[in-house]
Amino acid sequence: MLHDLSIGELAERLAGRKVSSLELTRHFLDRIERLNPALNALVTVTADAALASAREADRRLAAGERGRLLGIPLIHKDIFCTDGVRTSCGSRMLEGFIAPYDATIVARLKAAGAVMLGKANMDEFAMGSSNETSFYGPVRNPWDPAKVPGGSSGGSAAASAARLAPYTTGTDTGGSIRQPAALTGVTGVKPTYGRVSRYGMIAFASSLDQAGVLAQSAADAAAVLEVMAGFDPKDSTSVDVPVPDYPALLEAPLEGLKIGLLREFFDGLEARNARLIRDALEVLTSLGAKTLEVSLPHLPMSVPTYYVVAPAECSSNLSRFDGVRYGYRCKEPVDLTDLYERSRGEGFGAEVKRRIMTGTYVLSAGYFDAYYLKAQKVRRLITDDFRAAFEQVDLLAGPTTPTPAFAIGAKVDDPVTMYLNDIYTIGANLAGLPGVSAPCGFVDGLPVGLQLIGPHFSEAKLLCAAHRFQRATDWHTRRPPGYE
Amino acid sequence: MATEVQLDWEVVVGLEIHAQLATRSKIFSGSSTAYGSAPNTQADLVDLAYPGVLPVLNAEALRMAVKFGLAIDAQIARRSVFARKNYFYPDLPKGYQISQYEQPVVGKGAIRIVLDDGAVKTVGVTRAHLEEDAGKSLHEGLANASGIDLNRAGTPLLEIVSEPDMRSAKEAVAYMKKIHTLVRYLEICDGNMQEGSFRCDANVSVRRRGAAAFGTRAEIKNLNSFRFVEKAIQYEVARQIDVIEGGGKVVQETRLYDSDKNETRPMRSKEEANDYRYFPDPDLLPVEIDEALIASVRATLPELPDEKAARFARDFGLSAYDAGVLSASRETGAYFEAAVAALGQAHAKLAANWVMGDLSGLLNRDGLEIGASRVSPGALAGLLARIVDATISGKIAKEVFESMWSEGKSADALIEEKGLKQITDSSAIEGVIDAVIAANPKQLAEYRSGKDKLFGFFVGQVQKAASGKVNPAQLNELLKAKLAARAADA
Repeated sequence: MLHDLSIGELAERLAGRKVSSLELTRHFLDRIERLNPALNALVTVTADAALASAREADRRLAAGERGRLLGIPLIHKDIFCTDGVRTSCGSRMLEGFIAPYDATIVARLKAAGAVMLGKANMDEFAMGSSNETSFYGPVRNPWDPAKVPGGSSGGSAAASAARLAPYTTGTDTGGSIRQPAALTGVTGVKPTYGRVSRYGMIAFASSLDQAGVLAQSAADAAAVLEVMAGFDPKDSTSVDVPVPDYPALLEAPLEGLKIGLLREFFDGLEARNARLIRDALEVLTSLGAKTLEVSLPHLPMSVPTYYVVAPAECSSNLSRFDGVRYGYRCKEPVDLTDLYERSRGEGFGAEVKRRIMTGTYVLSAGYFDAYYLKAQKVRRLITDDFRAAFEQVDLLAGPTTPTPAFAIGAKVDDPVTMYLNDIYTIGANLAGLPGVSAPCGFVDGLPVGLQLIGPHFSEAKLLCAAHRFQRATDWHTRRPPGYE
Repeated sequence: MATEVQLDWEVVVGLEIHAQLATRSKIFSGSSTAYGSAPNTQADLVDLAYPGVLPVLNAEALRMAVKFGLAIDAQIARRSVFARKNYFYPDLPKGYQISQYEQPVVGKGAIRIVLDDGAVKTVGVTRAHLEEDAGKSLHEGLANASGIDLNRAGTPLLEIVSEPDMRSAKEAVAYMKKIHTLVRYLEICDGNMQEGSFRCDANVSVRRRGAAAFGTRAEIKNLNSFRFVEKAIQYEVARQIDVIEGGGKVVQETRLYDSDKNETRPMRSKEEANDYRYFPDPDLLPVEIDEALIASVRATLPELPDEKAARFARDFGLSAYDAGVLSASRETGAYFEAAVAALGQAHAKLAANWVMGDLSGLLNRDGLEIGASRVSPGALAGLLARIVDATISGKIAKEVFESMWSEGKSADALIEEKGLKQITDSSAIEGVIDAVIAANPKQLAEYRSGKDKLFGFFVGQVQKAASGKVNPAQLNELLKAKLAARAADA
């Protein structure tokens, strides 16, 4: 079936005129129509625009143009602004908001001939680890509809896992690509901070947010990342470092690669998960990598550090949603204060409000030093820990999450337990490092992810290690029952 | 209410001046900064704070801030940080203003001002930082609504914060004028106060003379003329002294100056004190300012006002006061220098008097800037040359200058046309003198009998007979000789 093919295979068939972009697009639109109602992975389907883009891609193909993504469909997380298309960010605040411009990554993918099928559901403003905070309802995990797909890129992960598109885009502020990728059995890549433009990606926590991809394999992710990545003069935090040809670097040998096992990542990890991670590392060892145990002593402080820094930034970033220029506005405000209070009170959900309040508190006079400044210092210590570790090893490895997917409703009323789900992923965001989650087995029929973290701008090495692992295993090819 | 500052009180003033930087585009977006366009036509997605947009620093704004810092010999930060100042207001689309808090571009520097008595005083500049302006809220002319114009939102400002070094309203005005002169010299601000390009907040307090600690200060916001600065401070000082002498305490608060009533009033009290929750803006990396950037900005520094004044005094023999007036703006200095160049350096003092006197008078009368003068520096020099070579007297020159201003003709053409050329022919002058002496035998007799001051009478009569065109020096000489000769004859 077309949805079983990799991006490379699809590109080959498109180039050989064995399939048209239009057929491909119709195939995936058909899957979305049949399968999405049970998943709620997409909040917007742009069928007409997708068919038009597909026809345009077919014209380009007919004219002899070739490209790794030309004519291949995708789904964007609804956090990316898409010109003329609803961009809701999972929030009532932006219900019906039509973005007047394309995010840089949307424009880059569009220029490469990618065909957007629609927009993926997500936790409200990317704040959540289960996709339950979305105003548009929870997303279901294709492996078990009673389970969460993870979050915040839960819609993207579920759509990728259910093969509603060959790949999806996501964003990762504290694990929002890697955690849902792990929980749905797909490959998720969170690039180095600054590798991919943040322009047009609705900000949650500016110093942590990074756009990435959720795909069927590391090889597919490499093809997508190569198009998404690159310096953007519109984003002052994007970095002007040349983009390697990731797909061309996938086959590099692993001989001599030193992989550090993060001791802290195995503390409290469920035994069956730990077993799968150790098995995965044995696979990498068999391919020539060496493993050694390393310790990042400050890493256990990453969750509390993150829950100061991220809310602080979000409390300010979300101030623009005030009911004045766009987005939700309360009915019949009596004065300015009422307009602000009710528009924001009614427009934002509970988790967003919790974080805005937390962030406002930690930045307040009298608390700034004790919380925000202290958190920044710890963030520096965590970053230094990683730097020291990368003097000993090339990559770090561990689990992506402490447990497989949990039940919808199980943690939603207990924020701290929910926050701890990101305990293994947050460190990379605080240090701005790239990370990959790749499927490495199942516990009780639910996928488990192996996480690899590398130094800044080591995406090629990470993708190569994940790709070599995937060539030696078949976890990433497993399909959720009913989505074959 | 006390109207004069009491002798036992000392006034303490510090100013926060907001100078709008003369960049073509805004500080963090590509929108134009031009003044006076239709509302919201110069606000792009960044200025409107659309979801997902990001700020990018305008490099020119940074260079201008560095230029100011170099001009006041300030420390330039090698690493400067932008911070967010968080508060909600409809004319602040992001819900925060991007400003600088802990690491401004410009650190400590100093400005020299000249006081009324000619004394020079140094006023410390604490810091100068870059920030974006907010938009404008429009409450008038709209029924049951407020309008928001975001054209100004994101306009680059340099906020120049002084030390509390000024001791009177006049010193504050002298300081503000000096900064005004400087930013225009540097061409980093057009200085247009009506359009709000240059405005200030004044921090004012009073203390008993000799007291070590400062009194509690009030901040008067948004003063946009030198006169308002002076009046608002004077009012505020008197008010604070009255409060204290009446047994009360000055409250630290923000006040507004009402120029119609000439008073300051507390701004509408907020229910709670503002907590701006400053923190470094994560969308903007710290700005690294290296030696190469500083050197390239330094290379663009013009001759500064103090340097120009010193040169005028030294090279042209002008008084410190005249040199200061003529260097108050680059345009005035350039006009003066062009006139001197055409006239000759030996007559610089004459040129200085005319630029500061007659030219300045007509410019003021017609509301013109010196760059728009109806008489060019060359034309003025042409007129002054005729004084120097005694073709006309200084008095006649004033008439000629008025005609030049209104008719646009050269001094020579007007002198010729109106027959204003001085009479310098000795025999012609003697003829007039003879006639005047003959017509006034009584005065002649009195003069001869020793009434010397009648000499002036004869001068006046001769000039009257000759329509004022007789060369005064020649007249004096010849008249003296004639009167003396007649005395000898007798």
